[in-house]
Amino acid sequence: MKKICLYFEIHQIIHLKRYRFFDIGRDHYYYDDYENERSINDIAERSYVPSLQTLIQMCKDNPEFKVAFSLSGVGLEQLELHAPQVIDLLKEINATGQVEFLCEPYSHGLASLANEESFSAEVKRMSDRIKELFGKRPKVFRNSSLIYNDDIGAQVAAMGFKGILTEGAKQVLGWKSPHYIYHCASDPRLKLLLRDIKLSEDITERFSRQDWSEYPLFADKWLDWIAATPEGEDVINIFGELVTFGIFHPLSSNILEFLKAIPFLAKERGIGFALPSELCEEKSVGAIEVPYNISWVDEERDTSCWLGNVMQREAFNKLYSVADRVRVCGDRRIQMDWDSLQASNNFRFMTTKPGYQYRGIYDSPYDAFTNYMNILGDFISRVNNLYGGADNEEIDGLITMIKNQQDEITAKDKEIERLRKKLEKYNPTELEEKPVKKAAAKKSAKKVADVKLEETPKPKKTRAKKAAPKAE
Amino acid sequence: MFGWEFPPKIYGGLAVASYGITKGMIEGQPDAEITFCLPKPCGEEEKFLRIIGMNQVPIVYRDHDYDYVKSRIPDYMTPEDYYNFRNHIYADFSYMNVNDMGCMEFAGGYPGNLHDEINNFSIIAGVVARSEQFDIIHAHDWLTYPAGVHAKLVSGKPLCIHVHATDFDRSRGKVNPTVYSIEKNGMDHADCIMCVSELTRQTVIREYHQDPLKCFAIHNAVYPLPQEYLDIPRVDHGKEKVVTFLGRITMQKGPEYFIEAADLVCKRSKNIRFCFAGSGDKYWEMVDLAAAKGIADRVHFPGFQRGKQVYECYKASDVFVMPSVSEPFGIAPLEAMQCGTPSIISKQSGCGEILDKVIKVDYWDINAMADAIYSLCTNEGLHTYLRDEGLKEVAEITWVKVGHRIRKLYDECIYNGGFIH
Repeated sequence: MKKICLYFEIHQIIHLKRYRFFDIGRDHYYYDDYENERSINDIAERSYVPSLQTLIQMCKDNPEFKVAFSLSGVGLEQLELHAPQVIDLLKEINATGQVEFLCEPYSHGLASLANEESFSAEVKRMSDRIKELFGKRPKVFRNSSLIYNDDIGAQVAAMGFKGILTEGAKQVLGWKSPHYIYHCASDPRLKLLLRDIKLSEDITERFSRQDWSEYPLFADKWLDWIAATPEGEDVINIFGELVTFGIFHPLSSNILEFLKAIPFLAKERGIGFALPSELCEEKSVGAIEVPYNISWVDEERDTSCWLGNVMQREAFNKLYSVADRVRVCGDRRIQMDWDSLQASNNFRFMTTKPGYQYRGIYDSPYDAFTNYMNILGDFISRVNNLYGGADNEEIDGLITMIKNQQDEITAKDKEIERLRKKLEKYNPTELEEKPVKKAAAKKSAKKVADVKLEETPKPKKTRAKKAAPKAE
Repeated sequence: MFGWEFPPKIYGGLAVASYGITKGMIEGQPDAEITFCLPKPCGEEEKFLRIIGMNQVPIVYRDHDYDYVKSRIPDYMTPEDYYNFRNHIYADFSYMNVNDMGCMEFAGGYPGNLHDEINNFSIIAGVVARSEQFDIIHAHDWLTYPAGVHAKLVSGKPLCIHVHATDFDRSRGKVNPTVYSIEKNGMDHADCIMCVSELTRQTVIREYHQDPLKCFAIHNAVYPLPQEYLDIPRVDHGKEKVVTFLGRITMQKGPEYFIEAADLVCKRSKNIRFCFAGSGDKYWEMVDLAAAKGIADRVHFPGFQRGKQVYECYKASDVFVMPSVSEPFGIAPLEAMQCGTPSIISKQSGCGEILDKVIKVDYWDINAMADAIYSLCTNEGLHTYLRDEGLKEVAEITWVKVGHRIRKLYDECIYNGGFIH
């Protein structure tokens, strides 16, 4: 049976305010409160609320209907602050049990391309938030704008996710169809769900475009296309943003009526629905190798809209140059600013690719770049001040050392676990176990002590905090 | 074509534009022939077009033999031309102040009796229009509009006028009524009005009440730099950065906004210097302003730059700023970009319409201007991007393309009877 996997992204950035270079060092508040409140309320009212209400109704009316969502952390913060009714609706739809929440990086940023530790820390935070809000730990991951490559796949698999959503980009699929389950080339445990570009964008991009040859699109026509896919191609992944309903296409285009009609008409055609985690239980037909980054943006389906020109790359490199320092610093305000600065939209405003129109408060890519760099300048100096002006090399050296030790400790923990299991197998008595464990623990404790001797006094606190609990 | 300036004698942007347009048309269109009427050619103009010196065209009949005429006229003209013109004198101008050849003298440039010269120019244009064979008349800037109108009335050929600037730009709205009336009269008679930017086109439509159907924006272009200028090395100031203003220091160019922005930048950074090149009626006022702001040690006034010095100045700068209050086109940022210097221009500049790889700010928004200056001086990425992409962009803007666009409008006037039916 053919199955449609519906997934919608909920993300809004925290808009940065106009920040002149004379503000650097004087003003540490970076946000345009008015614009944030206005835009999130506008979007909630015109899009999130009506579309979620429709989806809730659809879940109630059709027990076989299923839909998945993901929330970005920064978007969630905005909603909590200005439009909590959306969260209530999400909880309500969650209660129907026909819904799954996926995990994504907290900041909707590009950390997956820059810094592994920051990336996994963010993902963990988001996963905790989802657990807290909706009661279930997400099992499937989707990166910001579906950015994916083999390394990201391996990392996501190591974090324990069963599957990842990404783009069915032509340059990686070639002749293959996105309508099957594949797995990651560097870790076969991770299933790949590939977006069907054409069928997804029929709704997200073209639905209300009157110059489109298929306009107007009705649900039966669209489902006929799905039904007409070849035998055996059973997985139809339709991914998009929730703002498709109401913002990309005005509600007056009857896009919600289109949505409402889908479950009923799908049933007529023998098409079912599935959640990403259900699909990840199925068998994969083969590996997909993705050596270069792909995403769901633009015709190129790559990262060129965020990192395409030198300005964007400079901003990106500068931002992530302090990633380690921000991660270990433990200053709440800095970490909050870090999330909002990372959001990929900030880089998108700087794109010089032709045809891109929406730039928030900025009139040109140069304006966006200048404003962002001013804020970043202030932010970086704040981060560096936390470290008491110690020079960069020294801090970087210490951070690397902390990281290496942590890795070593984790490796040792694993080794202990393995040895313990082995021991249990040979000698299943409680008494024998203890000395071995102690010895191993002693060993690692000794290691830590050795390292401590070489320490310089300044970053001791962080180091001790990080290293000590692991050593036990 | 009627023009007032032509290289090598350059008074302002008009000469460069006249040269570009004619050269671009000749290079791009083998079937084009251009006769260019100048009040007082210096004789060293390039020979790709035919030059008529209006000071060599007789308006009073004088009987001289062939050899005498030959000895008196410059080598770009033959005695046959002289006799031809003489045969087409259409009225008795003997009351006017003519020399022994029956010709009128011109001072050239922009003398005090400019209005007399404009009038004389148009009288002579009547003779030229009667004696020459042509398909279309093209008049550059308001000084030659009366001549163009006269030629049109005499010959019945379509008239195109080229608006390089309007008095509204020069005076910030307080127009000189005589100039305005000349401009308005020229535009009213024109079959086609070519403006150097959409901004100017809007002024022409709004302030001169012209029919939008016959107004077109024909943007200027630049010629690739000669090797001599390309070879000027770029100057590295080490840790310091240099931000340059280059142009006439007058109200139209917005120099005070540059000083204000410089003041803001100087308050926050120690390594940025400002170069304020050019001369003009606001020169001393600006020197005083810089001193009053207490930044005179960081703002430098090298004075008027000539020829190669202009390019040396561009090449020694890290940022070029043109904060014009109202600029019909403004060729300077294009030249700066050719030298690899990123530009900041005001949104009120016509050249902004065809440039994408520049930073545009409102002329009055000194905060944005200061921010852009600071950003270009501190962020390598932005500077590199605008430098490299700017070079590419400006290389695409050529006079040959402009020539083709003008030709299309000509053809429309000649074969289809213009734009208003």
